[in-house]
Amino acid sequence: MPLKLTINNVVQTVDVPPDTPLLWVLRDVLNLKGAKYGCGMGLCGACTVLIGGRAVRSCMTHVGSVTEPVTTIEGLSPDGNHPLQVAWEAIDVPQCGYCQSGQIMAATALLARTPHPSDAEIDSAMNGNLCRCGTYPRIREAIHQAAAAGAPARSK
Amino acid sequence: MRLNRRSFLKMSALAGGGFALGLYTRPWAVAHAQGKPPDLTPQAFIRIAADGTVTIMARGPEIGQGVKTMLPMLIAEELDADWKDVRVEQADVDEARYGPQFAGGSMSTPFGWEPLRQVGAAGRQLLVSAAASTWGVPAAECATNAGRVLHGASGRSAGYGELAAKAAALPAPALSSVKLKDPKDYRIIGKSKAGVDTHAIVIGKPLFGIDVTLPDMLHAVIQKCPVFGGKVKSANLEEIKRLPGVRHVFLIDGTIAPAAVVPNEPGMEPGVAILADTWWQAQQARKSLKVDWDSGPGATQSSEGFSKQAEDLLKSPPAQTLRSYGDVDGAFKSAAKVVEAVYAYPFIAHGTLEPMGTTASFKDGMLEMWTTSQTPGEGRGLVAHALGMKPEDIAVHMCRAGGGFGRRLMNDFMVEAAWLSKQAGAPVKLLWAREDDIGHDAYRAGGFHGLKAGLDAQGKLIAFRQHFITYGSGKQTAAGAEIGIDEFPSGRVPNYSLGSSSMPLWLRTGWLRAPGANAICFVGQSFLDELAAAAGRDPLEFQLELLSAKPVPMPHRDGVEGEDFDPPLNADRLKGVFELVAEKSGWANRKQGTPGRGMGIAGYYCHLGYFAEVADVSVDSNNKVTVNHVWAAGDVGSHIINPRAAESMGYGGVVEGLSHMAQEITLVDGRVQQTNYHQHPILRMRQTPPIEVFWRITDFPPTGLGEPTLPPILPAVGNAIFAATGKRIRTLPLSRSGFGWA
Repeated sequence: MPLKLTINNVVQTVDVPPDTPLLWVLRDVLNLKGAKYGCGMGLCGACTVLIGGRAVRSCMTHVGSVTEPVTTIEGLSPDGNHPLQVAWEAIDVPQCGYCQSGQIMAATALLARTPHPSDAEIDSAMNGNLCRCGTYPRIREAIHQAAAAGAPARSK
Repeated sequence: MRLNRRSFLKMSALAGGGFALGLYTRPWAVAHAQGKPPDLTPQAFIRIAADGTVTIMARGPEIGQGVKTMLPMLIAEELDADWKDVRVEQADVDEARYGPQFAGGSMSTPFGWEPLRQVGAAGRQLLVSAAASTWGVPAAECATNAGRVLHGASGRSAGYGELAAKAAALPAPALSSVKLKDPKDYRIIGKSKAGVDTHAIVIGKPLFGIDVTLPDMLHAVIQKCPVFGGKVKSANLEEIKRLPGVRHVFLIDGTIAPAAVVPNEPGMEPGVAILADTWWQAQQARKSLKVDWDSGPGATQSSEGFSKQAEDLLKSPPAQTLRSYGDVDGAFKSAAKVVEAVYAYPFIAHGTLEPMGTTASFKDGMLEMWTTSQTPGEGRGLVAHALGMKPEDIAVHMCRAGGGFGRRLMNDFMVEAAWLSKQAGAPVKLLWAREDDIGHDAYRAGGFHGLKAGLDAQGKLIAFRQHFITYGSGKQTAAGAEIGIDEFPSGRVPNYSLGSSSMPLWLRTGWLRAPGANAICFVGQSFLDELAAAAGRDPLEFQLELLSAKPVPMPHRDGVEGEDFDPPLNADRLKGVFELVAEKSGWANRKQGTPGRGMGIAGYYCHLGYFAEVADVSVDSNNKVTVNHVWAAGDVGSHIINPRAAESMGYGGVVEGLSHMAQEITLVDGRVQQTNYHQHPILRMRQTPPIEVFWRITDFPPTGLGEPTLPPILPAVGNAIFAATGKRIRTLPLSRSGFGWA
């Protein structure tokens, strides 16, 4: 049965079994490759997207259970100019870059709740997002910079 | 580490052949032979459009180490381009055109430093010649500045874009003839440049191997035996073929040996491949797959069994002596104090965040591939061999890799994707699930070290004996599981003996970031710290004394294959980074004797780079360890080419080393017990300390940062735990010594 989803402010219809993980619908049906597969068990955070503004592991989320709007890295800003994206680029956070869309989406949810997080609040909010390359010091720096630049208080 | 890298390079040479063969057998010597070809041309690497946009080809695989930005910086510097006009494009595999195209051994910088600057300078020379002939003036009167050629006497100038067509048609000068800049004039080298893909990454563009999409592409997964190399006796293939979306099911009746990827006979690990319209359908179909496995010879192996074997082997003399001089036994008899210890560390997996995979399209006898291999040229050789094709009929595109760390030096996934595409007659994207990746890695080999050392009445080290228990059979040691005969403190102690014994292994091992060094540095630098403590001396002062000892000459090495390709330890450089990190961390004035708090120091030379690191740790009453701060000092020569990215590599080495301290792969009945990140953890942000990286600039040619940042952090932390608790970390992971991360 076709399912209706709102992805990055566009209503999409997908015809997949409702227990298909959202991640694979995004990647292989809708061709949005930003969210990444890392573990398939919600252990690494590479697949993080926003559902109703909350950071969610899309590899563990059945597409049929999604009722609120979904935001992926591709829909975070019109021109890649979300304060987090700007900060990530200015600080040159990525090494391999594979986990970074998940990191940015998790940070987006954090700043929406806590516009000026402390290091401890950053560590706590980002705890489920692994970086195999060790960009954590840069991620902290970028979140502080984006917070200082004034991330939007709300993101869908 | 010499021996470890030797086997990596030998593997590359056997597998690939082609242009870079000479470089593989004696890389250091060849890379630094002035004026010898690589026969590189500026035309191969540089395209300049009429509007002045400069496109520079990135030759190597980008696995997160930053070469896609750093190597083009070398070209742009000597081309005298304006970096804002530069666009970088990933080259396809063509080693005759681009020179060595691999990511391994921290070799991108030493191999690229001179030839790629020469490529840029040759390009600049062509632009100057074009301008000079246009204006009818001597080339010697022309200068360049940020993308323009200038003729001072007449005040004329022209942008590179205006001159490009004419310049491209001129014959390329011999690289050895071009004049390089005085480093004081550098405008790009030494100035931080953001990664050329960073913008695409932060907006989620498809860049990685996993993101490749072709029309009518099928998605593949492969179910392999839980025991390495086990074969399929029978399986319900027909039932699987009828599942939703499944298009093909293939039995891989492969054969593979533990050392399979070393020689040019990769085979394939046996299993069942499922090809479906989507990856999720293929992955779902696995749940219905029933396979009766013939587990093969690996099924009797266990980690516990290896520990027992090692314990027994340590009771006897080594099967082979690697280096011995002086009178070790005599010195032990006369020693004021003798210290003995056994160190052990486990197998660990690479666990790159992007699992293994490749996309392949076989059509009409030709093959096109998109891969994340770190040795794509060698991978092409293996594929050609496996499929009975000519390498020139295989086109290989390099995709950004979600981490490499040495796993992608093995090209098993390239062979699998190519074979599946040929079987299916369709483009195929192979993607291993995480469980496949952890369960079928080319593991960092575990090891056991029996150590004994003697100190004289003044606390000087007078004798050192090491018995290394590793894996292999006969003279063949498992990949990445060898020890160098110059392993410090070899040659710095008056009486010394190093030997090894091997245990047969039916499991594939390989090269993990800083191969050899990532384990052996932990052993050596921890044990030296023990000896300093036993002697009642400061560990830094103890090591500096050893480094000041007149070295015992290395044995005559004729006939020892490949033994000659790294420069020996330069004691002054290692002392230099020790002293720098001591200064920056306040080592001399550190607070001592506070229970539960301590600092540790360690240093190492590997992959041509020198690093020393200090860790400050707290240990709570439950033996949970918090690393409060890390200071790292490195000497990788005369220039830090891209400083911010270099600092990131420092962070990366430290964080990865800390991750290693909590990881292990264990075997029961030949089966790997770990499946995913919850059982093979990666360090988390809250566990990551502030890290400060300092550079000691020396006159040596710049070398790489992928590997040498990593090894010292393990013993630095272990030594800090000792300072905090009086308990010595001799066995990794930390949990097996009774500790863990907070």
